[in-house]
Amino acid sequence: MNRYRRRTFALELTMIATALFVGFPVYVLVNLAVRPTSDTSSPISPTTSPTLDNFSQAWQQGALGGALGNSVLVTAVSVVIVLAVSSLAAYPLARATARWSRGTYLMFLLGLVLPFQLASLPLYQTMRDLGLLGTPWALVLFYSGLQVPFTVFLYVGFLRALPRDFEDAALIDGCTPLQGFRYVVLPMLKPVTVTALVLNTVAVWNDFFTPLLYLSGSAQQTLPVAIAGFVGQYVTDWNLIFAALVISILPVLLVYFVLQRSIINGFAGGLRG
Amino acid sequence: MTLAPHQHLADHERPPVAEEIRGVRRARTTPPWWFALPALLLFAFVVLVPSARGVHYAFTDWDGLDPSFSFVGLDNFSAMLDDPDATAAIWHTLLIAVAITVIQNGLGLLLALGVNTAIKSRNLLRVFLFAPAVITPIVTAYLWRNLLGPDGAINSLLGTIGLDGLRQDWLGSPQLALWSVIGVIVWQYAGYSMVIFLAGLQSVPKEIHEAAAIDGAGPVRRFWSVTRPLLAPAFTINLMLSIIGGLKLFDQVYALTGGGPGHATDTISTLIYKDAFTLGEFGYSIALAVVLTIIVAVASTGQYLVLSRNERAAS
Repeated sequence: MNRYRRRTFALELTMIATALFVGFPVYVLVNLAVRPTSDTSSPISPTTSPTLDNFSQAWQQGALGGALGNSVLVTAVSVVIVLAVSSLAAYPLARATARWSRGTYLMFLLGLVLPFQLASLPLYQTMRDLGLLGTPWALVLFYSGLQVPFTVFLYVGFLRALPRDFEDAALIDGCTPLQGFRYVVLPMLKPVTVTALVLNTVAVWNDFFTPLLYLSGSAQQTLPVAIAGFVGQYVTDWNLIFAALVISILPVLLVYFVLQRSIINGFAGGLRG
Repeated sequence: MTLAPHQHLADHERPPVAEEIRGVRRARTTPPWWFALPALLLFAFVVLVPSARGVHYAFTDWDGLDPSFSFVGLDNFSAMLDDPDATAAIWHTLLIAVAITVIQNGLGLLLALGVNTAIKSRNLLRVFLFAPAVITPIVTAYLWRNLLGPDGAINSLLGTIGLDGLRQDWLGSPQLALWSVIGVIVWQYAGYSMVIFLAGLQSVPKEIHEAAAIDGAGPVRRFWSVTRPLLAPAFTINLMLSIIGGLKLFDQVYALTGGGPGHATDTISTLIYKDAFTLGEFGYSIALAVVLTIIVAVASTGQYLVLSRNERAAS
């Protein structure tokens, strides 16, 4: 079954055709983003006189630079917090057999099932009372709690499959539990940390519902909300809108193609973790 | 830590020194419980407490601002049954979840089987077919809103290849709009399903396939009797992800149709948003969120029970 035969070649062509079909929307996206507004030919015919004007206009009028900065800040800070508290919490939860440990773990598992829509409206009120509405810190706080159950779940599953011998040795040699965690356990968690990092980064970066709620009306937007506002403002100017979409996709795809192996393994990693 | 009862006897027979060392080791190796505290506090503040308050609000007429609100019993839930928009949204949500689960995973599995062969472009295909899954959903939805428009690229493409008869107002027609939304989600996430199936396929040892082939099993028989049972964990994850993702769907509907035309594509999540933030009916909106929670809980536990039984049967 490993030989390259005529049937394999036919399959190869079919698969490439499928990939081109999947890529077609991206071709149209770029094609229209570089097209001057005066050009009204069919969206699928290649643009004859491409221009980059749409990009500079979209960048300035959509205030995309500030939104990009906010998105980076919110994603980086919340993902670091989530990974730190979740890996630390998973350590006793995976090792202790006492009733409190099992109960706490079950409570985290409950968090996997609760849709965030249920919590987000009452939390809206709390954020308002705390004066956090309209600031990126509302989002950082929200994601730091929201992503915990799933991340704890990943870490506990991985930790349970790890031998205890190294931690035991470290503790007998006089490490405090925190040092044992920091210098012995955490380095062994690296594979699952990569998975958790990838999945959390993508989830936080792409989220739209929460910033739509907590940042509405504020000048501080994340990229998805800024894009939505931009589309609402330039309803029919699709060339400009498409330039804005390209700007927002570009950093993501760039990171994806550079790190594709770890990213794809991260997504598939839930299978082993 | 206490020792399990059966260990007492064994320890008693050991020399005292060994017992002491063993006791010390036991006592020190369990990490302190307070390691779980920061995560627990964040989780309680963001998820547990607001969710519990949400369940409480679902039985009130709270408008989101007024601190004085009254308990109205099951009024919000019975109002839902009389509200055609709500029943339609619940129906759309279930339809979307089932359709995505079937179509996305069916295509994902076919793609995975196609990529997991001797073809030369397999690595490149894997990277390209997965790429849509990392793009922000709201961005892909705005892209598709244009492509699916009356003068958009999809209709132009159909015209170019001589299929003018198939041109449609994909998002403007109440009959088609929901299926267009489903199509966009399948486009974005079929590659995601593929990647998870691929990881499962690569764990199927080649020797088993070769042995089955020598025994005279054809490709279909080999897939059904050898590959399929070993893919059980991949199925569990894929079905979980697509059904829960489908039930919670918001972004794509918001950007593609806004729930329209009329209410033809409203889901529970878009209705929650509209009722709370444009109509100010927080109590009713949260009652909808409670219904969504119940549906998600029933679907995921039911699916988990069925699939884990299948997984055990397969292994």
